Amino acid sequence: MERAETPLLEVRHLSTNFVTDEGVFRAVEDLSFQLRRGEFLGLVGESGCGKTTAMLSVLRLLPAAGRIVSGEVLLEGEDILKLDAAEMRRMRWRKMSIIFQGAMNALNPVRNVGDQIAEALVLHDMAPSRRRAAARVGELLELVGIDADRADQFPHQYSGGMRQRAMIAMALACSPQVVIADEPTTALDVMIQAQILELLERLQRELGLSVILVTHDLSVVAEVCHDVLVMYGGVLAEYATVDEIYNEPLHPYTRLLLEAFPDLSRPDERMISIPGQPPRLNDLPAGCRFAPRCPMVIDRCRIEPPPVRQVRPGRWATCHRIDEAGT
Amino acid sequence: MSAALPAGDAGIRPAADTVLEVEGLFKHFPLPRGLLGALLGRPGRVVHAVDGVSFTLARGEILALVGESGCGKTTTALALMGLQPASAGSIRFNGQDVTHLSEHPGGVPRAMVAALDGAAYRREPSVAPALTLKRLRRQIQMVFQDPYESLNPRATVYEAVAEPLEVHGLEQDRESRLNRVRGALEDAGLKPAQAYLNRLPHELSGGQRQRVVIAGALVLEPSLLIADEPVSMLDVSIRAELLNLLDELRSRRGISILYITHDLGTAACFTDRIAVMYLGRIVEIGPTRRVLADPQHPYTRALLSVVPVPNPRLRRTRQILGGETPNPIDLPRGCRFRPRCPVAVERCAEVDPSLTPLGDGHEAACLLLDGARLLNSA
Repeated sequence: MERAETPLLEVRHLSTNFVTDEGVFRAVEDLSFQLRRGEFLGLVGESGCGKTTAMLSVLRLLPAAGRIVSGEVLLEGEDILKLDAAEMRRMRWRKMSIIFQGAMNALNPVRNVGDQIAEALVLHDMAPSRRRAAARVGELLELVGIDADRADQFPHQYSGGMRQRAMIAMALACSPQVVIADEPTTALDVMIQAQILELLERLQRELGLSVILVTHDLSVVAEVCHDVLVMYGGVLAEYATVDEIYNEPLHPYTRLLLEAFPDLSRPDERMISIPGQPPRLNDLPAGCRFAPRCPMVIDRCRIEPPPVRQVRPGRWATCHRIDEAGT
Repeated sequence: MSAALPAGDAGIRPAADTVLEVEGLFKHFPLPRGLLGALLGRPGRVVHAVDGVSFTLARGEILALVGESGCGKTTTALALMGLQPASAGSIRFNGQDVTHLSEHPGGVPRAMVAALDGAAYRREPSVAPALTLKRLRRQIQMVFQDPYESLNPRATVYEAVAEPLEVHGLEQDRESRLNRVRGALEDAGLKPAQAYLNRLPHELSGGQRQRVVIAGALVLEPSLLIADEPVSMLDVSIRAELLNLLDELRSRRGISILYITHDLGTAACFTDRIAVMYLGRIVEIGPTRRVLADPQHPYTRALLSVVPVPNPRLRRTRQILGGETPNPIDLPRGCRFRPRCPVAVERCAEVDPSLTPLGDGHEAACLLLDGARLLNSA
């Protein structure tokens, strides 16, 4: 997967398994993508499709049962999967950070918000003590649109949108180049969602951030992203620019996903759900993982898993039917 | 606190097949004053959660109640269910006043309980002797937001759906109860019902759980279903089928649905009318198509502009309102939307606009409505 410019982050053939009593879950398989400097990448798929696992693998924050079984994660050309734990800890948060899903509800209720942001600074040696970090904390809060003098307030004095902003401030504490935002707007009202998206866009412009936006909401991705990677059942289904994904989707899954959306610009169209359930990752079908739900399925799909193929320059898809029909 | 205030007046006249008529509904929560405040005789402060809401709902109609967190949409629903007694106003259900129903006939009338609460309540003995809250709730059922938390993890699907029958003492014999539960499950799209009866919630997907919750509401054969954000916790790929299910229930069973949401996108796809709420009031109401195509209130316009559209070629300028819904304790003077309104003028600080009819049941509460339109509809 080559592109003209050297990417900031490149993931090559990443596979991650979970080894549990109920067997091996192949949560991510052969996943490759690139993130350029200042780019907004959308990682989209249903719950349980491996989006979060892929991101935790990239940061090497997998829970105990998770194993990265193969692949490379190149950050500015260096494979971070080869770093030892101490080196990894130094890299994490300074180069790459994450806004965890639902994290706005994970702020410690009995400590003030400023203290909690300062803690991130102290832990990563960006400040000698929490008290000395105050100026930087104020700066970070202002950066995300919160008055610096609200640093000594407690999470319950913040609204949901403000708590999410505080989490973003925390992720920015060590001036990383890559921020992974895992469902950053899912629990928020549409107006607050718009505020948060606007904030991420502004940070990307002003700080030159690269952002991976993990979400199940294709319409949010359409609003802000440049490139989109659609995942299904742990594998890449389709990877292309946002315009290609929405206006000429190739993979049948992408097409169905688009139809499942309410679209205010086309109120006459009825939304259609995708029948069936995503595959269980410890009991995968022999062929294509989407075959049991696919409207275009042929015999070959049930037997032979399709490889990730470059369909056109800059465009990847995993489907037997694409080469045949030529579309 | 009744006629003097510019309570909204939803212009659609109640027709013969009106299921629900809400008129000038208020729900205020008094805040504790504290000892000092009481000694100094400071006036008690009040949260104006619902502040003069009026609308009607016809049989088989789906009305969306749309607004941000804290705008009073859920409190409105709780008042309709009798879970929060109204401070003022009236709720008529199938033509009968149900505003102050009591839990049990002969119990303390709710109006009296309310009076003891300390706020200024309207006292009006309106309790029809036979109708109790419990009987009312057979007719009005509610589906809550989170299907992961609204089911008892240790109760099977059968137990969860049969419980309302038990509570209301219906279908006492085993066979008929089982049949009714099966019917409700299949109506909620869980087919064949037999396959689900003995399952526990953890064996079901989020969408299936929400269907069980809907079956639990349907089993009582209600005429009004209040669905409070029923799909916001679910994956986008299964939202469509649940909304289509609600639509189907309306056409097959003639159920009226009050769909509460913050998402105009989902409201657009299956509702007949939309009511947009802001700070305890309806600021715009009308046929869904019309409100979406020709929004009149600046708040509705802003809300529409931030609904993400799944097409990158249609990226628009989002009209983002700063901050969040202000607290409903100290309401702004004049129009309550003024502090966040992008087009507010001086006069907006003086006049609290009431809903103005614009024709075809479309109404909006804004001083800056297009004058020409007003003339045409007059």
